[in-house]
Amino acid sequence: MSAVVDSALVGQYALQLGDDALILSHRLSEWCAHSPELEEDVALANLALDLLGQARTLLTYAGSLEGAGRSEDDLAFLRTERDFRNVLLVEQPNGDFAVTIARQLYFATYQSELYAALCDSADPELAALAAKAVKEVAYHRDHAVQWTLRLGDGTEESHRRMQAGLDRLWPYTAELFTPDPVTAELVESDVAVDPRTLRPAWEASVAGVIEAATLTMPADGWQPRGGREGRHSEGFGLLLGEMQALHRQYPGAKW
Amino acid sequence: MSSGLPLWEVFIRGRRGLSHQHVGSVHASDAEMALRNARDLYTRRGEGVSIWVVPAASVSASSPDEKEPFFDPAGDKVYRHPTFYRIPEGVKNL
Repeated sequence: MSAVVDSALVGQYALQLGDDALILSHRLSEWCAHSPELEEDVALANLALDLLGQARTLLTYAGSLEGAGRSEDDLAFLRTERDFRNVLLVEQPNGDFAVTIARQLYFATYQSELYAALCDSADPELAALAAKAVKEVAYHRDHAVQWTLRLGDGTEESHRRMQAGLDRLWPYTAELFTPDPVTAELVESDVAVDPRTLRPAWEASVAGVIEAATLTMPADGWQPRGGREGRHSEGFGLLLGEMQALHRQYPGAKW
Repeated sequence: MSSGLPLWEVFIRGRRGLSHQHVGSVHASDAEMALRNARDLYTRRGEGVSIWVVPAASVSASSPDEKEPFFDPAGDKVYRHPTFYRIPEGVKNL
């Protein structure tokens, strides 16, 4: 580690990663009691809990580096839309099961690459979190791969839906590999991972699964961005409304 | 949430040296998915080091009607039970 690292900046980076995990965890938890199978209900809830665990560590760390005394709960439940730093992909509505699996395939593959690289971070807290989470997201990726193969190479209807899910969410994958100012500065001091370096492995992995599932790689086009600057999509307000309702109505509620 | 998918019986080995024990069943489209569903349902709290899944249709079961000829003759043969031995203190898994 050569330069002195701005700890407030590291906090903002942890907040970005934490918000990604938190919001995807909430989206997955919306499947609870609505999954196509009881077994899948438990599987998706398991993924959500893994992500929630990552979010807790990251938000707690972000709060401590910020130095304003905000806890993980304060950050999760008392911020408003514009303060969240998650990418747009994770907040996209669940859609049908195939849309959710497409989101999982894109994001879990990205997270696998990200955490594997983050294990070598100059920041020991982030490196420790990554070393633990990399095993969790390897399973998330496997889960998404298995389902993509079965839906893509399944019936005519499941193939159609899986392709539609991949096509619908593809535009949001561009943002995953676009460095924001916080990340770019921390890449210099080896704290953060340059997301551009993750793209080749990510694309090779996703393309391999899509081909094996007899599906077609979506074409590049519209590339929405803005999540890292706090500009979110329309449904995000509703998501926060539901996620934060209990904590706002009963501050500090415990059970 | 009734399932049209096949049923699989799940066996889990708690740790090395023990045998697999039947713990329950899951629905899944195929063996690979059954393994994953079993992992999510039955090993969330560190219960296992190994999982087997077996198609429930492949299990041959004894019939309740055969209960008497199957099991009653074993009831009165006390000499088959190891009750005449003293088990040394400190012996586990016996």
